[in-house]
Amino acid sequence: MFGYYLDLAFRSLARNRVLTSLMVLAIAVGIGASMTTLTVTHLLSGDPLPGRSQHIYYPQVDAIPKNTDDKEPVDKLDYQSAVDMWRAHRADRQALVVESQLKLSDPASGTPPVMSMMLSTTADFFPMFDVPFQYGGGWSAQEDESRARVAVITDDLNQKLFAGANSVGRTLRLRNTDVRIVGVLKPWRPSPQFYTVAGGRFSNGDTADFYGKPQDVITPFFTGLEINDGSFWQFTCWSLPERMGHLQNAPCVWLSLWVQIDSPAKVADYRRFVADYAAQQKAMGRFTHAGNTRMRSLMEWLDFNGVVPADVRLQTWLSFAFLAICLFNTVGLLLAKFLRRSGEIGVRRALGASRAAVFAQCMVESGVIGLVGGLFGLLLTLLGLWLIRQQPVAYADLARLDVPMFLLTFLASLVVSLLAGVLPAYRACRVAPAWQLKTL
Amino acid sequence: MHFAPILAALRRHRLATLLIAMEIALACAVLCNACFLIAARMSLMHIDSGVDESSLALIKLDCDDCNSTDLNARMMAALRAVPGVQSVAVVNTVPFSDRAGDNGVSLDREHYVAVPHFYLGGPGSAETLGLRLAEGRPFQPEDFQAGEVWVMPDTPVWITRALADKLWPGEPALGKEFWVTDKFHFRVVGVLAHLARPDPGGYRGAGAAEWSVFAPMAPGKVLKGTYVLRAAPADLARVVRDARAAAQSAAPEAVLDLKQSRAVSDLRDDFFRPSRIMAGMLVGVIVALLLVTAMGIVGLASFWVQQRRKQIGIRRAIGATKHDILRYFQTENFLIVSGGIVIGMLLAIALNLALMKFYELPRLPMFYLPVGAVVLWLLGQAAVLGPALRAASVPPVVATRSV
Repeated sequence: MFGYYLDLAFRSLARNRVLTSLMVLAIAVGIGASMTTLTVTHLLSGDPLPGRSQHIYYPQVDAIPKNTDDKEPVDKLDYQSAVDMWRAHRADRQALVVESQLKLSDPASGTPPVMSMMLSTTADFFPMFDVPFQYGGGWSAQEDESRARVAVITDDLNQKLFAGANSVGRTLRLRNTDVRIVGVLKPWRPSPQFYTVAGGRFSNGDTADFYGKPQDVITPFFTGLEINDGSFWQFTCWSLPERMGHLQNAPCVWLSLWVQIDSPAKVADYRRFVADYAAQQKAMGRFTHAGNTRMRSLMEWLDFNGVVPADVRLQTWLSFAFLAICLFNTVGLLLAKFLRRSGEIGVRRALGASRAAVFAQCMVESGVIGLVGGLFGLLLTLLGLWLIRQQPVAYADLARLDVPMFLLTFLASLVVSLLAGVLPAYRACRVAPAWQLKTL
Repeated sequence: MHFAPILAALRRHRLATLLIAMEIALACAVLCNACFLIAARMSLMHIDSGVDESSLALIKLDCDDCNSTDLNARMMAALRAVPGVQSVAVVNTVPFSDRAGDNGVSLDREHYVAVPHFYLGGPGSAETLGLRLAEGRPFQPEDFQAGEVWVMPDTPVWITRALADKLWPGEPALGKEFWVTDKFHFRVVGVLAHLARPDPGGYRGAGAAEWSVFAPMAPGKVLKGTYVLRAAPADLARVVRDARAAAQSAAPEAVLDLKQSRAVSDLRDDFFRPSRIMAGMLVGVIVALLLVTAMGIVGLASFWVQQRRKQIGIRRAIGATKHDILRYFQTENFLIVSGGIVIGMLLAIALNLALMKFYELPRLPMFYLPVGAVVLWLLGQAAVLGPALRAASVPPVVATRSV
């Protein structure tokens, strides 16, 4: 029966090409627009560490004297709080994170130096975030403490400087210090670059820069502070630091601490530890308040920062409004198409077709329109994503169609067309056969 | 024209009528809000930066370990020697380049009132940039002091009119004082008509696009590495090329920031590119939206014309002119579209309220609604014209045929 309906559907669609192509076009354009924006939103709002993110937390204490307990704590940590909590080693893994800009060159090649971003972190960073290595590996906790002059570089930088060869053991000059490369990452592109996300609530929705590529070079935390002393940026200061860019004893917040905690019981313990730490600092007079400590999980932290750019969210809503208009349009056209065939339907009903059979036939026809529309919609989605890749935004290179979104495109257009078909098909199957036969 | 027979006919096609009306309503809501979003972006893109963009270029170096006095002297000499350069000055940044420093200011050392951007400029920078003082006095040579960490604790400054209105609404700003933390004290000695933040409309929102402070400072430890140069607009492209080369040979140990070392008009272009793309996308959505809506009207109107061929024939046979038939379908479309517009205006306001809540957009000005209505009426009439003309050309003889 289904084959017969399919045959009928194709015949009927071929009979009125203009109306058919109008419907296919409407569905294709609506699907193309909404799937393009939905794909971008999906890529930007995904979990950067699937399977691990629920164990990753971002503890916060509030060093700003003017803040109060009823306010959110400041987004980053001051040096002493960050290092104290890190040194306590109360979580399963913990990493301090700070990024800075410095001059990078390859002393062997003599090419002109470039300004690069350096990430300074501690040994747990790599296992905690499951960072993939191409060659070599990270460094040890001892090397953190001994301020070893070592570095891990990204695949991008390795391609640029060493043409992708195994560069472990080679030397890199960071500002005026030579460091030995101990590891090269595989291509690694977390979306967003979650470990430096902060301050999203002040960014007025302009958060595209959270999706930048990882820093070119990664050094041990204390090593980095020494190498690039005087070039660190504060998140904010409550009073002027004595030396710009040297923030170790400054009244500034500028560091992030990430911890991995594997069991729920330990999470409660760590929460208590953070609160106790703040209370203790308040008792010592270093903090003015201790009641607004926080410990958000990774996804909560990303949510709190509203990482998906406002423009992207707006585009998504807009394209769904557009899809709704296309849907209304298709309903109207299908209604016209089905009711135009009232005579034919009347004959079929008079010959014994049940209402359900007429309904099914109409739905098959809508489904065919949906699938064809989905095919064109897929092409339009690919075109839309290509257009996004040409834009000068940090996430441009991420905009690609993955398998789930590919399947969703067809599913969405099928659902949309069937949804559009329900009402017209219902009306068509209610056609009174006697009346139609009389007018024939 | 009598509405009664049209309304009676529409009552027999409630569903189709409702669909077209809903499509028009949604289109009206999206159209008004999308146009408003475009207008908001366009108005920001036309902001007056307050500097002579077409004759300015920026040269920016990164050098952490350079001796700042020596670097500034070398660079100034090298850039002045570039043929075509009219003047050179040290600044911390210019509009559309990187942000150099936002600071919360207070009037009582305690409560922040606004977070303006602080521009710092060396001797001659105001003239090089082409800043236009609306009131107050120019800076004197003794105003330019070299700070160790930031500006001197007591600094005379210029502020923009927009910032003055925020800090002292309705009062003259000249001679007034403000603070950054409790250490830095500023006295307003001049008010600028315009000076945009480096990122107007970006980080601090559209309302703060012109909250800027311009402070004099002698080149030195704090003020180094960023130079603004002035040349005739026709020369500027060549001057930038030459100045880049001159900068690299004058300070080989420094890294020239190629992204920022460009003509200021290019920096402006780059800064607004995402806005332009977003505006372009919105225009695309509007065009596609109107097309789809028109397609819907054409499709349904053609169906109705075909369905009513016999009735049209009868009307023609008993004396209706072609014009009457044409007018009938046009009026019918007008009524449906009007119904859609009424719902659409309510939807537009609801959508705007939602956008205001989630995206901190301003309220939709009311004049967008009638303009959107007129656009949709015209669209409806244009779309129905084809089917209506076909209806008008139905010959009266159709009435005598049985099928």
